[in-house]
This record gives sequence, C-alpha cells and structure tokens, in this order.
Amino acid sequence: MPLDHLDATFAALADPTRRAILARLASGDASVMELAKPFAMSQPAISKHLKVLEHAGLISRGRDAQRRPCRLEPQPLADASSWLDHYREVWERNFRRLDLLLEEMKSEERKKARPTKRRTKR
Amino acid sequence: MLNTGTLKVTTPSDREVMMVRVFDAPRAMVFDAFTKCELLKRWFGPRGWSLAVCEGDFKVGGSWRFVLRGPDGQEMGMRGAIREMVRPERLVHAESFDDYPGESLVTTTFAEERGKTTITVLVRYESKQVRDAVVASGMEHGAAETYDRLAEYLDTSPATHTRA
Repeated sequence: MPLDHLDATFAALADPTRRAILARLASGDASVMELAKPFAMSQPAISKHLKVLEHAGLISRGRDAQRRPCRLEPQPLADASSWLDHYREVWERNFRRLDLLLEEMKSEERKKARPTKRRTKR
Repeated sequence: MLNTGTLKVTTPSDREVMMVRVFDAPRAMVFDAFTKCELLKRWFGPRGWSLAVCEGDFKVGGSWRFVLRGPDGQEMGMRGAIREMVRPERLVHAESFDDYPGESLVTTTFAEERGKTTITVLVRYESKQVRDAVVASGMEHGAAETYDRLAEYLDTSPATHTRA
C-alpha cells in the first residue's frame, strides 16, 4: 500500500532544499555535483538531502559508479498529491457554498440595517 | 493581498495540514458560520454528503456531534470537543470520526482586514494511523480520477527513461 510511504514522503517534502532538488529533477536526471551547483551547498550536504529523498522513495540513484545520477520517482509524489488534491477539492466545494451563504447573510444584515429603504441590487 | 476564493493547502509537517482561505465578509459572520448548526448545515460536507444531524454546545468545554449523510443514504458520524473559543477570533477543537480511531486537533483563526476575513485552519493528526485513516478514506471516496490525472502529468515530464 502506498499509505506506508506517506509519512516519509511528507517528511521529505517539508524541507525547501529537498523540494527544490525534486523540482530540478523533474526536468531530467542530475549528478550530485550538478545538483550541488545551484544550491551553493557542499556535496556532502546535498548528499544528506538525497539520502532522505531516496529513503522516501522520491528519487532513485543510477548504478553508474562515477556519477550515480539521481532520478525523480513520481509514484510517492503522486500518492501524496492525490490525497492533498482530494482534500483541497472537498474543502474548495465547502468554501464555495460558504461564500454563497455569507453573501446571503450580508444582504440579510443590510436589510435589517435599513428596513425602510429597499435596495434592489443587481 | 486579499484574494477571496483561493484556497491554499499545505503540509507544514508530516502530521499537519494547513488551509488558508479569504472570505468577503466580516469575521464575526464567518465565525458564526463555523459554530452555528443552522449555518453549518448550509455549507459543510464532502461531495454529495450533507450534514443531516448537527447538535451540540458550541462553547469552551462543550461538544458537538455531526452525522453526514451520503448520496446512497450511508452515514458517517463525527464528534468534536471545543477546547478554546474566542469569538470571533479563534476556535480550537478536537475532532474524531466514529469509524476511525484517534482524533485530530483543529485550530482555526479568523483575521479581518478591510471587511474581508482570512481563515487559517491547522489540522494536526494525533498519529500516523489517524492521518493514514483520513488518507485511506480520501482515496476511497473517489480520488482515483485525480490520481490518474497526476500520473499522466508526471508521465509527460521530460524525465522519462529506462530504469537504472
């Protein structure tokens, strides 16, 4: 089940550098050296982040002993995003209904505030 | 920037989900919509589900009970215990589902600026099990199509190649 992965996925995603690394890998494989460059970080520091990402199953490393290129593994991200997407979708619908309710409440309040003046707004 | 209608959902940690949303109404009104049954019934409930039963005592130390009714008549019970309630600023409650173990702590803050209200909802799950239960129910309740869309999207990214 993908659910076991979600903890590791969310923990890995909680860090901005790791999110940036994933964003970079979305456009193609890269070696540790290539990844370290734009982040102004040492290779060991980047390697630490890569270990977390690899543990979470978010990336895999190639076998090429020299480069060991990193590659994005889309599945755990898709699992996490599908959950969040669903969450967002449910609440978006709720809140759109709440928008309508609030409009109604506001117009009720206006009516109460000005009982004699009838405002027909449209 | 007070853009109404845009919902932001983030995961500040592996046990938390945070939502931020702006409403074009004063916060006392929004607060009421979150804490009065007759108003909650008008908007609360996942797709196809409605709030069939809402009863309780919305005050510190009080509790509430919801029964959500689904499109096929199935029911889902929820309970809440109010821990903090400062109208119209802040609401903290513990929430649990009848069918799942554990509970989550929900902190909702209401900030008003120029007649618009920004709400921030922070849901903190008690444990991995509770979070996973929510995840599982989310997936059951039709996240499949979203999942497919995402898989498609990721497939079209340039990073496609053979396994190492």
